[in-house]
Amino acid sequence: MLKKFTLSITLALVLGGSGVQAAGSEGHVDDHDFSFEGPFGSYDQEQLRRGLKVYTEVCSSCHGMKFVPIRTLGDEGGPQLSKAEVRAYATQFVQVWDQSLNDGEGDYRDALPADHFPKGGNSNAPDLSLMAKARAGFHGPVSTGINQLLKGMGGPEYILSLLTGYTGKEKTASGTTLYENTAYPGGWISMAPPLEDEIVEFEDGHKNDLKHLSEDISAFLMWTAEPKLNDRKRAGTVGVLILGLLTILLFLANKALWKPIKNREI
Amino acid sequence: MGGIPHDHYEPKSKLEKAIDSRLPIVGLLYDTIMVPTPKNLNWMWIWGIVLTFCLALQIITGIVLVMHYTPHVDMAFASIEHIMRDVNGGHMIRYFHMNGASLFFMAVYTHMFRGLYYGSYKAPREITWIIGMLIYLLMMATGFLGYVLPWGQMSFHGTAVITGLFGAIPFVGETLQSWLLGATAVGQPALNRFFSLHYLFPFLIAGLVIVHIWAFHTTGNNNPTGVEVRRGSKAEAEKDTLPFWPYFVVKDLFALALILTIFMAIVGFMPNYLGHPDNYIEANPLATPAHIVPEWYYLPFYAILRAFTSEVWVVQFASFITGGIVDAKFFGVLAMFGAIAVMALAPWLDTSSVRSGRYRPMFKWWFGILVADFIFLMWLGARPAEEPYASLALIGATYWFAYFLVILPLLGVIEKPSTPPATIEDDFNTHYVKSDAANIAAPAE
Repeated sequence: MLKKFTLSITLALVLGGSGVQAAGSEGHVDDHDFSFEGPFGSYDQEQLRRGLKVYTEVCSSCHGMKFVPIRTLGDEGGPQLSKAEVRAYATQFVQVWDQSLNDGEGDYRDALPADHFPKGGNSNAPDLSLMAKARAGFHGPVSTGINQLLKGMGGPEYILSLLTGYTGKEKTASGTTLYENTAYPGGWISMAPPLEDEIVEFEDGHKNDLKHLSEDISAFLMWTAEPKLNDRKRAGTVGVLILGLLTILLFLANKALWKPIKNREI
Repeated sequence: MGGIPHDHYEPKSKLEKAIDSRLPIVGLLYDTIMVPTPKNLNWMWIWGIVLTFCLALQIITGIVLVMHYTPHVDMAFASIEHIMRDVNGGHMIRYFHMNGASLFFMAVYTHMFRGLYYGSYKAPREITWIIGMLIYLLMMATGFLGYVLPWGQMSFHGTAVITGLFGAIPFVGETLQSWLLGATAVGQPALNRFFSLHYLFPFLIAGLVIVHIWAFHTTGNNNPTGVEVRRGSKAEAEKDTLPFWPYFVVKDLFALALILTIFMAIVGFMPNYLGHPDNYIEANPLATPAHIVPEWYYLPFYAILRAFTSEVWVVQFASFITGGIVDAKFFGVLAMFGAIAVMALAPWLDTSSVRSGRYRPMFKWWFGILVADFIFLMWLGARPAEEPYASLALIGATYWFAYFLVILPLLGVIEKPSTPPATIEDDFNTHYVKSDAANIAAPAE
């Protein structure tokens, strides 16, 4: 780690020092080991459920997730709620706009599993469906992307660092309150610190300090962004094994085929 | 087909003869698959099959994606998410298609640099080279058109920048740009026509690929020595060649399988590594991303495009003598297309009497710098347009042009090449065949 850091600093300095500047304005993102990282990583169902609770109780008051169908909460590899739980979740926690109600005037109604999560209520709050893929926590060193190769793209890490990156300082700029945040590009974000210790409570008494809540929501948002991650990694593993075997067989076939040609005595 | 003498298809049964006299397709396929191939080809000659595979992969995955995609500005992004979430295996098909484009370009660049090093562009293979360049241009266009379709932030603003390049052409620019976009700005008409063309171009590429293969089957493959196959008689030709099937088919398939193993690992474990996160944000004309960066395979030429700012003296000079018609923006566009054009002209710019770079001691170094320059420009293309990158890009761009316009022509005059082996057979025997005869000067590898 130290070596990598030294290397990136050296490279950045050698290549004109603006790499360091860029890193400063792009915000600081810490690496974190999520359960879904690496070729064999997969989502932790318990963590996704906790993350869903954080989303429902905190994030959803401003943000939306319009690309995520509620039914997928029951999908294998996701939070994996039972059918009844998905239905109950939809009716209890989600209201959707239905244009066909009220003689075509439209009205809100309880959601059904087939509905998507609604758009956010606050137009300044970006949609969270794909947030974990729409941000890269790591870029460097100096735009080579080598960090992404070593640590992953860093989307969930970016969210985690953002949620835990508030310094407590505030300032007002043209009528808007901005909050200092070490992970946010530019350093000042208009979102007030959304999470704090014990703002969400879990039935099983799982730790609910700021750091753990932030980890849970970051993992959950990675799932909303990439719900088929578990399937994809399984397909990747099987594919690599089969193609690897095919490669070995073709290598041997090729060697056998060329042997009489190459080792011919004159 | 002309070319190297070899056995041709002889219809034997009555049925075969009947078919052959009406449509000689079996003979055509036979001659294609059995084409005599220099037996000393090294591992740089496997990219053709990788590229053919890529084209097939892109067409097949693309056709499936089209079944679920909606080319509408309000629905395109959501339809991609539909593919990623709801379509059976959709996420894999899309990731294959996305990363397939990267594999395609990785293979085509290696293939092109192979050609540049071994002098495959030289007579009599100029037409093969030119058709290859046309395929490459069509690939660039297809990749660009396809990148627009997900309708993400980078799709939208990248399109605005690239079509803006046409707007830089003097007098007709703005009209041309509007004609391309079907409107004054990127919107529904552009999305519709880009979708249509993205579907069309791969089939044009497929057509050109057939012509490309036809051309080099007529001239015969180049090979690492650059020495031609002896064609005096079939017996003579057979000393230098082996039939494509089975020797090179199996060799190429082995290489393809190895490359696909790595490809599968990328698709399975890091499918977004080569993409840009901003394209997971739906297009918003009102919010421009901080840095608009094209996909990696355009970066070298993007760097050349941006290198020629109004502070560069050549640009100022061009602007002065044309009375301001050629401004920095238009100069950049000319430089970008010029960088590809000089590559296409390589057959006539290279004056050396020796074909393969293997026997050209000075050329080797300049070629090595060219490859490094290409990678350097690729890196610069992803950096912000500011110092010191602008100056570095100018140096990189200058070398690119200097290599083709100055170094290649001059080297032919000043360089003293070493002597290639007399025949392909000699080269092959030096490397592979154990012999008691003391005819082996070079140590076996």
